[in-house]
Amino acid sequence: MFENVSRRNFLQGSAVLAAGLGLAGCSGDGGGDASSDGSTIKVGILGPHTGDVANYGIACRNGAQLYFDQLNADGGINGKQVEYLVEDEQGDPTQAVTAYNLLVEQGVVGIVGDVTTGPTTAVAQQSVNDNMPCVTPSATAAEIVTYGDNTFRACVTDPEQGRIMAAFANEQGYKNVGTLYLKGDDYNEGVNNAFVEEAQALGITITTEQSYSAGDVDFNSQLTTIIATNPDAILAPNYYEDDGLIVTQARQQGYTGVILGVDGWSGVADYASAEDLQNCYYCCAFSSANTEGLAAQFTADYEEAYGETPTNFCALGYDAAMVLAGGIAAAEEAGLEAGSDEYLQAVIDGIASGSVEGVTGTIAYDGTGDPVKSSLVLTFAEDGSEEVFETIDASA
Amino acid sequence: MEEELMAKRRPIISMGGRGGAQDGKRRTLPMPVRYAINALLVLVVLVVGELMVDGGAITRYQTSVLQQVGVYIIMAVSLNIATGYLGQLPLGHAGFMSVGAYGCAIFVMHLSEALGIGARDIVAGGPMVALVVFAGVVFGGICAAVAGVIIGIPALRLKGDYLAIITLAFAEIIRVVMLNIDDVLGFELTRGAAGLTGIPSYSNFLNVFLAVAVVCFLVHTMMKSRHGRAILAIRDNEIAAEATGVNTTYYKTLAFVVSAFFAGVAGGLYAGCVGVLQPANFGFMQSIEILVMVVLGGMGSMLGSVLSATVLTILPEALRAFSDYRMIAYAVVLVLVMIFRPQGLLGSYDFSLSRVIERVMNRDFPWGKGRGGDAEKDAEAEGVSADAGR
Repeated sequence: MFENVSRRNFLQGSAVLAAGLGLAGCSGDGGGDASSDGSTIKVGILGPHTGDVANYGIACRNGAQLYFDQLNADGGINGKQVEYLVEDEQGDPTQAVTAYNLLVEQGVVGIVGDVTTGPTTAVAQQSVNDNMPCVTPSATAAEIVTYGDNTFRACVTDPEQGRIMAAFANEQGYKNVGTLYLKGDDYNEGVNNAFVEEAQALGITITTEQSYSAGDVDFNSQLTTIIATNPDAILAPNYYEDDGLIVTQARQQGYTGVILGVDGWSGVADYASAEDLQNCYYCCAFSSANTEGLAAQFTADYEEAYGETPTNFCALGYDAAMVLAGGIAAAEEAGLEAGSDEYLQAVIDGIASGSVEGVTGTIAYDGTGDPVKSSLVLTFAEDGSEEVFETIDASA
Repeated sequence: MEEELMAKRRPIISMGGRGGAQDGKRRTLPMPVRYAINALLVLVVLVVGELMVDGGAITRYQTSVLQQVGVYIIMAVSLNIATGYLGQLPLGHAGFMSVGAYGCAIFVMHLSEALGIGARDIVAGGPMVALVVFAGVVFGGICAAVAGVIIGIPALRLKGDYLAIITLAFAEIIRVVMLNIDDVLGFELTRGAAGLTGIPSYSNFLNVFLAVAVVCFLVHTMMKSRHGRAILAIRDNEIAAEATGVNTTYYKTLAFVVSAFFAGVAGGLYAGCVGVLQPANFGFMQSIEILVMVVLGGMGSMLGSVLSATVLTILPEALRAFSDYRMIAYAVVLVLVMIFRPQGLLGSYDFSLSRVIERVMNRDFPWGKGRGGDAEKDAEAEGVSADAGR
């Protein structure tokens, strides 16, 4: 039978073998036990660790891992060590659902994740059916927490950030504000629309709303239009690469006024000069420049563990893990059997009624999955480093 | 029909000493029996699979991977019509998938709301739900087919690289339309960049693989019909085909539209698997991934498309343990295949269960008295005889 195996036959055979191995591998991975055993508590960390948005996922993962490692070093929850299972979803909703199912099969009692909006929505819709507690560090779209009671977030929503900046603008006495945002992205549009609505309610005139498309690098025409309306401030609620260019080009056009941003600005210092960044303000949950309390401690711990300065996402990942651990602690105290429906419900109730002192501020939930928490408004020092301008307390 | 012709022709060929039948006449299976065998096998696979899913022998994670496999099998098989059978190189298949996905999801969401079927009822199933989902998937397919006509008529005037670029551009147009159509219409339809969310999870193992079987059967029968042969003739030599009276414009558009239709069907099922649709998920890379499946499996081989869609969907999951290296492994596999097997894993070979059974009936085994090679070549020469029942 094997006397003359041609290359074709060989390759066909290998293909079939590869398919078989693939299937076998798939089945091998899938079979986790259905619930945590007595000595450890299993939690999942889900996010994009490869692919286009990997930097956010890795930052959140590092933050969450740091929290669980510290928790374990302190004796864990109720004397049990926390075992975290990390799954990658590449920023793809399909893979997020698959990875979520994998985590559930492995018997997790809660998940830190997902990270970006699309996959998180997919996971939120799935996890309602299992009543699985999920705490997303950073997915900001409003509707994520509306599918069920089981999904929470550690960050404030896009519209909330818009409102915070509108209130800030009002407080600073800016009367005319122009905006420049990326069209076709829910984050940028969400912030912009909420800002415009809130600002108008506060009596601020929105002189013009300009938009650009993904990939644009020249904002001069929009900036000319905006500057022609003679604004007190310009809102640029975008991600840092674009914002850096916007700031630089606005300054080149001779605009010296205020430029406002939101947490997408985190990291903008690499994209604009220190001189140009003067008179820029943005709101953010966390800054490594914050020298107060827990945030400073976290920055030091993170730098020791990973050798780099933590970003906003690292801090949110850390806090999301803390929120979840708080809920699990409540369930453990009640002495429920790990992995049962009552246990999961107890974790959810624990998160909803609890309050944790996170590195991004005190996080409590007021009957929804949205946190009530404070925000920082950051600005830039003469040398371009970030500094805390003020802390805006939670608006109930 | 071709099978019947083959069956008639075979005895003459086998006069030359091929085959093991004593009376010199090759024993064959009649067509109804062939279809019955394949239909039975499909039924068995579906029933056994469904029982295993219900009984928990296939876990939820594996089921969700299998559903994706099913969706990508339909995608690859449908692209194979335009690439393998028609011989064109469209790079916009994800565009049709997105049209079908949005069409089906919006249809199911609105219809189930109008009929008062909740999201939970859809998961639970029932005849009414099945009907709504069926209608939705077909509607998604029709939407994609309409997009296929609109794109196909101007695009198919071009060939090769030009066609690739124009289809790529059209897929991008579809994506941008999905992003911005709400502003133009003035009411919520696709919900732009935020994505269409809250799609009930109406896809399950049974309906996805039922769709796979039906799509494979339909494509198989189409390719064996008069229309299919016309399409193959255009692939082999367009000028000669036109000279013999094949209406090339019509058949090129037909193949393209059928390809789009099935991509829409796959999109509809995809929407039910994921529950969230964002235009960004149907970008250029998605089209390329599907094309890779077809090319890797062998252009013009349905079995190749099915196999490579299965392997390439499972591979990243199976390599999950190697996390960071899995994309490298994936790339290495592709490079190796393209170097050692440029025509794809299976070339244009296709598997036919009936052919195997007939060979067994005639005791004509590939290893029998050195005739193996001949039989193999003969089988390959039969070209497209993709077996729907697979």
